[in-house]
Amino acid sequence: MQHQSVLENWLRGIALALIVLFFMFPIFWILLMSLQTNETILRSPPSMVFSPTLSNYQAIFAGRLDSNAASLDIRFLGNLWNSIILSVGSVGVALLFGVPAAYAFARYKFRGSEDIAFTLLSFRFAPPLLVLLPLTSYFQTLGIADTYFGLIWVYQLICLPLILWIVRGYFEDIPADVEHAYRIAGHGWFATFRNIALPLARPGIAAAGLLAFIFAWNNFIFALVLASADKQPVTVGALAFVTASGIQYGQIAAAVVLSIAPTLALALYAQRYLVEGLSLGAVKG
Amino acid sequence: MSVTAGLSVTSLSKSFKDLQVLDKVTFDVPKSETLVLFGPSGAGKTVLLRCIAGAVDADSGTVQIDGDDVTQVPPESRGVGMAFQNFALFPHMNAFENIASPLRAQRQPRLSLAETVDSVARLLKIDHVLDHAPRELSNGQKQRTALARALAAEPGLLLLDDPLRNVDAKLRFEMRLELPRLLADRQATVVYVTQDYKEAMALGDRIAVLDQGRIVQIGSAAAIYRRPANITIAKLFGDPVINLLEVVPEREKQAISVQVSNQQIMLPHAADDVIGRPCMLGIRPEDIAITAPDVPAAVPVSIEAETPLNEKIVSLAITQRGRELLASRPADVASPSAGAAGFLFNGDGVMLFDRESERRIDMQSDSGKKTA
Repeated sequence: MQHQSVLENWLRGIALALIVLFFMFPIFWILLMSLQTNETILRSPPSMVFSPTLSNYQAIFAGRLDSNAASLDIRFLGNLWNSIILSVGSVGVALLFGVPAAYAFARYKFRGSEDIAFTLLSFRFAPPLLVLLPLTSYFQTLGIADTYFGLIWVYQLICLPLILWIVRGYFEDIPADVEHAYRIAGHGWFATFRNIALPLARPGIAAAGLLAFIFAWNNFIFALVLASADKQPVTVGALAFVTASGIQYGQIAAAVVLSIAPTLALALYAQRYLVEGLSLGAVKG
Repeated sequence: MSVTAGLSVTSLSKSFKDLQVLDKVTFDVPKSETLVLFGPSGAGKTVLLRCIAGAVDADSGTVQIDGDDVTQVPPESRGVGMAFQNFALFPHMNAFENIASPLRAQRQPRLSLAETVDSVARLLKIDHVLDHAPRELSNGQKQRTALARALAAEPGLLLLDDPLRNVDAKLRFEMRLELPRLLADRQATVVYVTQDYKEAMALGDRIAVLDQGRIVQIGSAAAIYRRPANITIAKLFGDPVINLLEVVPEREKQAISVQVSNQQIMLPHAADDVIGRPCMLGIRPEDIAITAPDVPAAVPVSIEAETPLNEKIVSLAITQRGRELLASRPADVASPSAGAAGFLFNGDGVMLFDRESERRIDMQSDSGKKTA
């Protein structure tokens, strides 16, 4: 690494810059779009020069969508709130059940443990549409269609396997001796789980939680079928911008910016734990 | 078995899938004694220790600590202290919390807890690093922290799994001197696992040799060194390794003798039933004296090389039949360094092993001696 030439460093820098540009450009473009009116967005050829306007954001916060032809009520902020409830709720539930389950799968080899773990993973293989139809009818019978409870339950299909499998790997990476040592020191199995396994797997739990949150946040199909207007998350709510009189690109862009903001904030916050996880990798010391 | 046993293990067996790791292991450690479990890697020492601690469940057999059957008791209630080979420190707690963890389990009041941790840390000379995280400690400090953690709650039974394995040679030597005193002061029953025969001989009241999941010999260091049960044990103890020569004992007038390179070696204590049996003659390098080539009863050899080893000088010689022999002597004893010489075997040091079963053949002079 020491005798790397300057040229090599430059090329590496340029390559990295290109990759960053490639992945960041759509987000950057959306940000620009959210500050423009539909006319400037649709102008050809597109230009980066425009006078920025906050009218899109104003419309979203006011809850009224004014277009040339008509004005329409939207409840984007309500959708945003739904997204938060659904994502936080389902990740919370998934952590509550998934983390202890992951620990059990990692540490105790019981009859059929691999089969159960695999079955849970296989929920991720099945296309959601496959389960949606029967689910809709079940939910109506049970009376939990169109409730937060029912949606969070269905979201476990997304969150639980993810958390279970990621966190299980982290638990397995903790040397068994460290846990043995704590038990021999006189602590019961639950204290060992709480004081040794949980703190040492925390980076993994944070990563899995973050990932599950993003998946839950981005989910479209479950909410589209099972939720009515007042329970819809942003992904479904964004459909409202596709109106009979045209597509409100500016507002969609503003909505997108607003809806990625919470995930972005969460990712930045969780980054601390993710990095900590990398540096704590030398558990075997 | 006995009432005073600090630890007694009876017929303990354990297999992982098809691999039998422990095969009916039985032994006792009297209270306040140190037993060294010695054996090559893969012999099952660590698994045995874990079974005693309760971290691994045995398939069959029982473990008794101070007379109580603890086979079904979870590890946290067995009242043992254990130090692991890889230290197994809690990476997210500093050295103080690591050492304090057994005391916290006992819900010791904060003041006496800090005092106990401090005194055990001072004893092990790590009181200046108590606020360091494990990753900031040197290997030696980690090892001492692990040891301090095992000692902190003053357990009646202490299990030490090769605690000096991962520390450098200088520290290992230091600790080898320090540990026996430390353990004696504590009055604890100790099971000490090691792969290093010198450590085994230095630390244990008794040594149990474990090979392929079985206890092959239990005895004092001297007994195992002088009267190993079989060839494997004879080879494991001693550096340089014991000389082994294929021989067939024969009758020579009134006595029994073997031929080593045209020289008769008398076995005055051997019984008649060894005559004609294919055997291995074992002689430790330090039981061979180097003489002039023409000394009667000495095996004529030519010395090929000499190497210093620890405080000894090891001579590699070749007999007239082309077999290699090692002799060692204290470094300050002068001797011909090359060329023709004679190897004179010390009669008391000669061992005889059956070549087929590899077991040592008892010669009468041995059985007359008191076995420790």
